[in-house]
Amino acid sequence: MAATSGVVFVSALPMRAAASEVDLIAARTKLFGNRTITEGRVTLELPPIAENGHSVPLKVEVDSPMTEADYVKQIAILSPRNPLPLIGQFHLTPQSGRALVSTRIRMSGTQAIQAVAEMSDGSLWSGSMETVVTLAACVVL
Amino acid sequence: MAGIRLAVPSSATKGEIIEIKALIQHAMESGFRRGSRGEVIPRDIITRFECRYNGALVFAADFHPAIAANPLMTFHALADKSGVFDFTWTDQAGQVWHDSAEITVT
Repeated sequence: MAATSGVVFVSALPMRAAASEVDLIAARTKLFGNRTITEGRVTLELPPIAENGHSVPLKVEVDSPMTEADYVKQIAILSPRNPLPLIGQFHLTPQSGRALVSTRIRMSGTQAIQAVAEMSDGSLWSGSMETVVTLAACVVL
Repeated sequence: MAGIRLAVPSSATKGEIIEIKALIQHAMESGFRRGSRGEVIPRDIITRFECRYNGALVFAADFHPAIAANPLMTFHALADKSGVFDFTWTDQAGQVWHDSAEITVT
């Protein structure tokens, strides 16, 4: 009697498409190419613990004189864990006077949000902040 | 439908950097949620916000699905002349909402 042991392959890969660090880098490259990004000059402020990922206050400030000669052109907010890595882009002008912007974002889980600032001279600067998310927006983002 | 709330100081001294807040009521439906029958709720978001000061662009933002519902933007502007701040929001279908606020600069 030959007994065939049945091996059952269960394909139960989760269907949720969450971005990873790799997607964050891909999105960043799409925006800024392979230009060098230096850490610094960008201060991101998020709560250390967010109870609700549906609405997390985010504040970003870039150290810049904001004059015609030297100002922040753009700030991109990126996520390593949301379904889409690009959260938002802010475009500033010398008329902005101060490179300080805040809004509210969705976060699908604990992660380190990254901000990249593009200056008028073309240089790129970055800052990041880790936030623990208790109730992720992932299921219902 | 869309409720807009603006916070712009009514007066400022010349050269002052003022804080501006602009909120619009919008679900910012991400396109990642599912309804009670498991169907995907289609994406419906505002994609662009612009603020102009006497016609010149001061600040703009591109929104993606991770911007929370009822998007609130806080930013700054250098007040150097009396005039009008114009705010526009454009959704993915091209629908536009608009509001403005006046400022007196002395």
